[in-house]
Amino acid sequence: MGEFKVHRVRFFDYMPTAIRAMAFNAHTERLALGRMDGSVEIFNFADRYFQEKVIPGKDSRSIEALCWVGGRLFSAGLNGEITEYDLENLRPKYSLEAYGGPIWTITSNSQGAHLAIGCEDGTVKLFEVLEESIQFERNLDRQKGRIISLSWHPSGTQIAAGMMDMIRVFDVPTGRAVQRLLVDRGFGGSKSRETVVWSVVFLSDYTIISGDSAGKVQVWDGHTGTLVKTHLVTKWDVLALSVSKDESSVVVGTSEGTVIQFQFIAPTLQQQQDKEWVRTRTFKNHTHDVRALAEIETAIVSGGMDTQLVVRPLLEKFDERSHASALRKIQFPHRNLVFCAKKAGLLLFQFPGQLELWRLGESDGHGKPGDSLPLKRKPEKLLHLKRKGEDHICCSALSSCGGWLAYSTMSSVRLYRLQTDNNDISISKVPKLPKILRSAHQLCFSSDSSKLFAASSQSSVLVIALSQSECKYVHTLKPKSGSRQPIHLMTNSVDGKWLATANSDCEIHVYNVQKLKLHCIVPVYGSCPSAMGIHPTTNNLTMVHADQQIFEYSIVEKQYTDWSRKLQKQGLHNLWLDRDTPVTHVTFNPKNPEQILLHDMHMFCIIDQSLPLPDQKTQFYNQMTLRSLSEQERPSHLHAFKICKTFQDLLSVSLLDDQSLVMVERPLLAITCQLPAPVRQKKFAT
Amino acid sequence: MVEHAEIRMVHRGGSKINFREPVITNDSRFLLCAAGESVNVYSTSTEEYVHDLQGHTDLVTGVVLNPSNHLQVYSCSADGTVRLWDFTDAILIKTFIIGYPIYSIYVSEKHGGVVFLVVPMADYKSSELFQLVAVHLPHSGDQEVEARELSAVLCDVSPHAGAASFGREGEYIASVKGLQLEVFFFKKQKSYRFSLKSGMKKGAKNAFTCVSCHPKEDCIATGHEDGKIRMWRNFNQKKEYTYSTLHWHHGAVNTLCFTPEGTNLLSGGIESVLVHWHYTQENQKDFLPRLGAAITHIAVSPDGSLFSTSHSDNKITIIQSCVKVSAVIQGLVKGDGVWTNLIIDPRSKALVLNGKPGHLQFYSLHRDKQLYNLEIVQQEYIHEEGLDQFEVVNAAFDARGNWLATVEERRKKGAELEITLKLWAYDELTQSFVLNTTVTAPHEDQITAMFFSPSPETTMLVTTSLDGHFKAWLLADHSDANEGFWACDFVGGYHLLKPGCCSFSADGSLLSVGFQEVVTVWSPASWELLTTLSQPPGAIRDLCFGRLSCSKYLLGASTKNQLCCWNLLTCSLEWSTPMDVSLLQADPLSENMAAFCSQSGSSDLFVFKPSEPRPLYSQKALCTGKVQHAVFAPRDQMLESCEERTQWLNRSQLYFFTQHMDLLTFSTKTEEDRLLASSKQLMVDDSVAVTPFYLLLGKHRGQQLEKQEALTNPMAERTQLPQGSIAIKELLHTPAHVLPSASFLCAMFVRSLLISSSSARASLGCILCQRSSHWMEMEALVVHTTKKQVSLPVMWS
Repeated sequence: MGEFKVHRVRFFDYMPTAIRAMAFNAHTERLALGRMDGSVEIFNFADRYFQEKVIPGKDSRSIEALCWVGGRLFSAGLNGEITEYDLENLRPKYSLEAYGGPIWTITSNSQGAHLAIGCEDGTVKLFEVLEESIQFERNLDRQKGRIISLSWHPSGTQIAAGMMDMIRVFDVPTGRAVQRLLVDRGFGGSKSRETVVWSVVFLSDYTIISGDSAGKVQVWDGHTGTLVKTHLVTKWDVLALSVSKDESSVVVGTSEGTVIQFQFIAPTLQQQQDKEWVRTRTFKNHTHDVRALAEIETAIVSGGMDTQLVVRPLLEKFDERSHASALRKIQFPHRNLVFCAKKAGLLLFQFPGQLELWRLGESDGHGKPGDSLPLKRKPEKLLHLKRKGEDHICCSALSSCGGWLAYSTMSSVRLYRLQTDNNDISISKVPKLPKILRSAHQLCFSSDSSKLFAASSQSSVLVIALSQSECKYVHTLKPKSGSRQPIHLMTNSVDGKWLATANSDCEIHVYNVQKLKLHCIVPVYGSCPSAMGIHPTTNNLTMVHADQQIFEYSIVEKQYTDWSRKLQKQGLHNLWLDRDTPVTHVTFNPKNPEQILLHDMHMFCIIDQSLPLPDQKTQFYNQMTLRSLSEQERPSHLHAFKICKTFQDLLSVSLLDDQSLVMVERPLLAITCQLPAPVRQKKFAT
Repeated sequence: MVEHAEIRMVHRGGSKINFREPVITNDSRFLLCAAGESVNVYSTSTEEYVHDLQGHTDLVTGVVLNPSNHLQVYSCSADGTVRLWDFTDAILIKTFIIGYPIYSIYVSEKHGGVVFLVVPMADYKSSELFQLVAVHLPHSGDQEVEARELSAVLCDVSPHAGAASFGREGEYIASVKGLQLEVFFFKKQKSYRFSLKSGMKKGAKNAFTCVSCHPKEDCIATGHEDGKIRMWRNFNQKKEYTYSTLHWHHGAVNTLCFTPEGTNLLSGGIESVLVHWHYTQENQKDFLPRLGAAITHIAVSPDGSLFSTSHSDNKITIIQSCVKVSAVIQGLVKGDGVWTNLIIDPRSKALVLNGKPGHLQFYSLHRDKQLYNLEIVQQEYIHEEGLDQFEVVNAAFDARGNWLATVEERRKKGAELEITLKLWAYDELTQSFVLNTTVTAPHEDQITAMFFSPSPETTMLVTTSLDGHFKAWLLADHSDANEGFWACDFVGGYHLLKPGCCSFSADGSLLSVGFQEVVTVWSPASWELLTTLSQPPGAIRDLCFGRLSCSKYLLGASTKNQLCCWNLLTCSLEWSTPMDVSLLQADPLSENMAAFCSQSGSSDLFVFKPSEPRPLYSQKALCTGKVQHAVFAPRDQMLESCEERTQWLNRSQLYFFTQHMDLLTFSTKTEEDRLLASSKQLMVDDSVAVTPFYLLLGKHRGQQLEKQEALTNPMAERTQLPQGSIAIKELLHTPAHVLPSASFLCAMFVRSLLISSSSARASLGCILCQRSSHWMEMEALVVHTTKKQVSLPVMWS
């Protein structure tokens, strides 16, 4: 496998924010996830839950609810605005003040023609969805008390609204409240506290199911307004409800972090009438409040205060065990937040609100493999750069010499010149940036730090020439396909000749930077690339996709390499394909051109192209076995994939020019420690 | 048993009544439970033993109500038969011979005439595989019917009761084993299997322990080893099935039971708490805590008014209307083991041995009932495994039953041994034992034997210990105090050898202590070492003085297969024989001695008189394993058997524990006949609750009434005449459901009415004679029972 000196970096205090809202678009199989900091993430559930797009947040924006109308995404928040998102440019398209105070919920009818929002002032406002915008239509009868939750009847003629201590049913054509369902308060001391109906669903058979702050899930008859059944599921709050598409199952999320499923089951097996809602399974995958829930065709998706997105597959929907039937937790973003200056030994950490520049520690000790070396110089935080404005940082870059630093928010791009003498560091903002450079989805410096590439709208790339005195716009590289999707990956070659970009349409374009023109398009593969890199010597482009497939494409010959063909022909090992986190980084070892270095959250892998590929029968994770074998036996057991699981919760792996590895770890326990305390629960024998 | 047909080894009392789920009859008046080789019938209201259903020749493994006749029960047994009983009259109606040992029985109303049995798989005789088979019970007039047509329903099932259950209206049967639930639908003839992962990695133990089906809805409740209860629904689909989980128990769920209406689910486990789940509102549950011991079975009466819980300490609790314990049926407690010898309490004639942890139990052998528990350790017992707790290891009564000595010890690994000797005085007022003296650390090491001197003049206790000493304890008289206390009087030893056993002669004038190979004989009056006897090799394991005419003999059993008999007058060895005696027991009422020998994995019994060379009785291969505990219990009534072989059983009965803690005894034919006769006599009208009081008084009154009637109405007497004939008796007294057809009876009946004038007188005389003899018997019974009352005062306390 080779020996490396490893910098085990644990000083990146990455802290994801809590999940607040969730909306699943069954048609496009995209899940929109709203976080507390106002950022929206789009996951492609058809492509191994890949985090396709991230719309950065903004200080003033909050998201209380998300809602899809066709392919359009709307959100509403406590700032009183409804926002529609531009998913191609990863920015809000427009925001509309609803004039009803803070908005608690937004939901569209099944026809996709109207949006209903529930406001603090007790109004339910209907908005008509127009081609390019939305327009206020009317208010339903104004109520006393805020509207917390809303649910349209599938026919679109009635709306159930969860309020304080009650549920109202509105008739949409007339706007009148037709039912008033009183919700009991909790027991004991909580009797004096109002019950908040956090969530409500209206089923097509006019059954209303509600979840409230007294811990009850209640089933109501919407025709008569009578209570059918009460399930007390928790001592704390029931926060989220979601119904399956065929309305045979409802999942609820509670403050205790449990997700409880209710199923619509007939009491006897033969006659299928008289079905009732029966509490069945309980899933406990969260430690904190489950604030957002979605029951999709084959799985229950939940998220909450503990910041992780959990996809719990419903095993009865699967015929055999596969990667899709395994529990999946998405804790880390599927993109880079760590940038490494390979020559200078600097690390740049990207936070939504600031950038941090660190210098790695140094050590001159020697030791056996597995030893920890004494540090001569401790790692040092050189710079703490706060962003300007309200918008959060969406991308950043550090040149490999450590002389340039750039970041972009939704509204602006900033470029800095860094000068480091031994202990002094000075930073100066590059004043006049070209006007065309307003925002970027991705930023990237060329390896000789003479150019800055900025991914712009419609998959185009702006090329900016950098020099000591000025920076100058050079050219815009445009793809031929005319794709409107944003670029999410960008990499350039060491010799400065090639630039490869990947966009959400799974297209990979290779540009010749010297000639400033499109060189070729890599054949489009059905899964989104999650990491790619250009080999420093052979100029082969290595791509790893969200479905864990690996391709190697020769830029010069404009075709897949023999190794790649062989790999595809033989197929990857099942254990490789069943891993549940995407590879987020590809680098190469300049000393050993046969080696490709990859990592995902749970492992670090060196692919040695000179060794035979493993077939399905070979032991895939064979490092322990190899260690026990003698020198003579070892070669017969070697295969190309060398996997190391010593390092866990990896955010980044990069190889410095002095042949030392930088492993940036962020232990999940450290994230959990920073979360607020969960609700108190009685634990047995405590 | 073949060689001595007249002496039979029987389970007499002390059988496990918690072995299988009991049955509560439809009218909730009786509780039936499998007890050893018979089925016991108890009254639910008075907790009194009513009678038993005897007939099986091996362990009864299941009792169920006949679904088509609620006055009958089926019982199955390891002897390979299913028997149908009329339990009110204890009449065996039919015997179905299956031919395989049966482990459980299940019936359903839907499947009339069919019983479902768990039998070993035919082709896997050696391995432990069982199958569930359906047996169609043939209609036939015969008493014994062969039913050998078995049709397999489920393969590889668990033999435990409670591991299978019929679903709603008998449409399916659910069975659990290991990590798998299997549901078999009879209509479709199709079974569905649902497996769980072992869950060991996550600290869960998902193995199934029990199953119960909802009677009205299609819901199956299963209990699991980690204390979870899962409620399965939609189980007619391979993948779309679903279950919810309830969790309260921290130990394994031993048993589950739905109430007949299905509104509640009852569960029990080691926590000894009956948990009461409300169906569909599972977060609401009620508890009935402090039931004493782990719950092993739960049964509910068909009307749902009574619950019964069986407990691991051989107890059945009857619970009324979910909340109130109304009756406790307590059998012989067999805890983790018996450390004390079996002792007979001289006052109550009860068997005394370890009961609940830290207690001694007093168990009446004649009535097969626990009289009471005496708490010895007086410390709280913590229900947790792996703790070192105090245990009563030794107990002894003095000759009159005025004093009880107990030894308790706590063994800790590596730490010091804690021993306490306690002496208890019998208090006439409270009719129980009161602690008199506590001696902490009476010896420095384990106490091996402890006996009171049988002499009537002095009350002396002798203890021998592994520390090399034996101590004599005397009741010190203090004139100023009301009560004396016990103090050590003498410490004796012999060449620093470790004493292993001791024995007093019958009159208390001699004490013999076995110091390894050497037997020393002491005079307790002067503490003078009188003589030493030795017969190496082999340390002395057991010592026993002869009684009555054989009191000059001292018997010793050594570890090296030697049984020696010394003559104390000549101080020489009288005889010795090579025998590996594991236990030597003397009958206090006769010269007889019983020696249990272990040989090649089984035990043999020899009963002999020390003075006679020939054993009175010998029984090879009594039972498997070593017999560790045995006792001669005096009889209430002497038997007058002249048979040479059975004479030794005339005065007392020999009880012993096998390795598997079964209490066995020997019974003779005459005794059994007598028992049978008395049980017939006790047959009672079932309209009144059966209590002993009723037996005494109710019957008496009935007889009186009858007699008055007969006196006042001579006409009636004449009309009664024909009743004396056998045919009419048969017709009137046989239960209707076992009678042959009316047409068959008719001829016999009519013929019986045709009385010839000459025989009329004679039959009248016969009846009168019968009646008077009946009277005699009744009186005898009354006397007999009152005697009992006097001799067992504790019963009423």
